[in-house]
Amino acid sequence: MNWRAISAIVRKDVMVALRTKAVVMPLVIVPLILLVGIPLLLGGIVLLTERAGVTSSDMNELQELIPPAMQPTLEGLSATEAGLAFALVYLFAPMFLILPIMVSSVVAADSFAGEKERKTLEAIAYTPTTDHELLLAKMLGGWIPGVMVGLFGFVIYTIVVDFVTWQVAGIMLLPNVFWLLLAFWVGPAAAAIGLGVTVLVSSRVNTFQEAYQLGSLVVLPVVFLMLGQVSGLVFLDIRILLFLGLVLWLLAALLYWAGAATFRRSELMARLS
Amino acid sequence: MSAVISTQQLTRRFGKTLAVDALTLDIAEGEVFGFLGHNGAGKTTTVRLINGVLAPTSGSARVFGLDPQRDGAKIRARTGVLTETPALDDRLTARATLTYFADMFGVPKANVRRRVDELLDLFDLGPRGNDKVGGFSKGMRQRLALARTLLHDPLVVFLDEPTSGLDPAAAREVHQMIQRLRTAGHTVFLATHNLAEAERLCDRVAVLARGKALAVGAISELAERLNRGQRLLIEIDGERQDQVRALLADLPHIQQIEEAHDHNGDTGGGALLRVHGVARGAIPTVVAHLAAAGVPLYRVEPDAVSLEDVYFALEHD
Repeated sequence: MNWRAISAIVRKDVMVALRTKAVVMPLVIVPLILLVGIPLLLGGIVLLTERAGVTSSDMNELQELIPPAMQPTLEGLSATEAGLAFALVYLFAPMFLILPIMVSSVVAADSFAGEKERKTLEAIAYTPTTDHELLLAKMLGGWIPGVMVGLFGFVIYTIVVDFVTWQVAGIMLLPNVFWLLLAFWVGPAAAAIGLGVTVLVSSRVNTFQEAYQLGSLVVLPVVFLMLGQVSGLVFLDIRILLFLGLVLWLLAALLYWAGAATFRRSELMARLS
Repeated sequence: MSAVISTQQLTRRFGKTLAVDALTLDIAEGEVFGFLGHNGAGKTTTVRLINGVLAPTSGSARVFGLDPQRDGAKIRARTGVLTETPALDDRLTARATLTYFADMFGVPKANVRRRVDELLDLFDLGPRGNDKVGGFSKGMRQRLALARTLLHDPLVVFLDEPTSGLDPAAAREVHQMIQRLRTAGHTVFLATHNLAEAERLCDRVAVLARGKALAVGAISELAERLNRGQRLLIEIDGERQDQVRALLADLPHIQQIEEAHDHNGDTGGGALLRVHGVARGAIPTVVAHLAAAGVPLYRVEPDAVSLEDVYFALEHD
C-alpha cells in the first residue's frame, strides 16, 4: 500500500472541501441547528412555560415514555423538566447521526463527483496509485472528517445539553454510556454508510450537487428512526445501539467491498472519453 | 535502441466509434516521437491506453516491457503525462499542487521542497507559487501542468498538445524544454496537431486519422515513401518554360514538373518550376544539362518536403 499517496489524497480532499462554500455551508448550518439551536430552543420554551406556570399536557405524555432505567436520574423533576431531559438525551439521539453521515457524504461527493466536474480526475488517474489505493484514499478522505465532525458535534451537544438541563433542572446528564456508544460506535459506522452510498452514486453522476443530493437520501432511515422514537414505536437503548452499530459496520463493509469490486479508473476514464 | 513503448494491434472502441484502430507502434528509448492528428483522431485515447488508465478493446501494449493493464501503477511511476486540459484544482496554490503530486509520485520527502521550488522557477511561476491556481491565466496553468508532469523526473514524458494556449515565447520555452529532455535521454511522446512543432522537434512521427496510423517513420522516410522526397526548385525566364520542361523530361528519374510559387508570389517575370525526383547527387547534372542548352538559371534550390506536405498527402491518400 502506498500510504504516502493515500495520506496526500486524504489531506488534499479534506483541505479543498473545507475551502468550498457549497461544502462548508451545510457543514456549519446543520450542526448549528441540530446540536445548538434545537436544544437551546427547547430549553428556552421549557423555562418560559415553567415561569409562566403553564404545564404542557404533551410533556406529561412524554414523561410516560421515559424508560424505567432513566427514571431514577429524573427523580424530583417536574413533568416538564423530565420531559425536556428525556427528549434531549434520548428522543433526539438519532438526529445526531445525521451529522457524520452528512459530512462524509458531502466530502465524498466533492471528492469523487467534484473531481469529475472540475476535470481534475485525469491528473490523479495518471499517478502511480492502484485502483484500490485510490478508492481507499477517497473513502478515508470522506470518512475521517465525518467521524471528526461527529465527535466534535458530540462534545458541543454535551456542553449545550448540560447547559440547558442545568439551567432548567439543575442537573447534567451527558456524557453517558448511551451517548458514548452513539458517538464512538454508531456514529463512525453511520459515516461509513453515508460515504459508501455517496461513492457508489458519485461514479454514476457527473456533478457534486447530483452526488450530494442522491447520497443525502441515506439520512432518511435516521429520520424514520427518530419518528419511531417520538411515536413510541422504537426505543433506542444500549443493547439496540450495540446491535445497530454492528449492523451498520457490516453494511459499511459490504458497501466497501462492492466499491472495491467495481471501482476501476479505466471505467471512470472511459466515461470521460 | 530498445523499444520503451510498443503496441500491437491496439484497439479501443467507444460504442460504435473506433477511437484507436489496430495501432502498432514501437518507440525507442530517447526518441522524440510525434503523434499527429486532428482533434478526435485518437491521440489522447492512445496516451490513456499506454498508461493503463483505459482498457483496450483488443490488442496489447508494453511499456518498459510491462503490461499497462496489469502493471499500470509501476508504469505510471516512470512516466509523466501532460493532459490535454491542465486538470488543476483551482482551490489549491501552485506550490500546494506540486507538493501534493510530489507525494503522489513518491518524490523523496527530503527533496520535495527543493524540487517544487526548482520547477516553479523553471516555469517562471516562482513569484506566484503561493497564489491559488484559480487566478492563473491559461498559459500559467499550462506551465504549472508541465511542471507537475516533470516532478518525478519521468523516463517517458507524454505531452498532449503542450503548447496549446501558450504565447509564442512560452511555446518556445516548451520546445527548448523538450530539446533538453531529449538531451538528457528522456523519451518524449508528443501528441500534437501543430505540424511545425512536430517537424522541429520529432525524430519520427505517426500520422493518425480516425484512430488509424496512416504512416509511421521519420519525416524524410515518409516523404520518400510518398515519392515526394527529392525536389528541386528552378527559376528560369518565363518564355523558356516549355523548352526547360522538354529538356528535363530527357533526364532519368524525373517524376513530375510543376509550376511553383514563391511565398510572396513574385518571381520578377520569371517562372519557378518544382521538379520531383531529383536526388541531391543529381543536381549538378540537371544544372549542367540546362546550362549546356543555354538556359539562364536564376535560382536552383533543393526543396525540402515539409511535414505539412506529408501530412496532407497521407490524409488525402
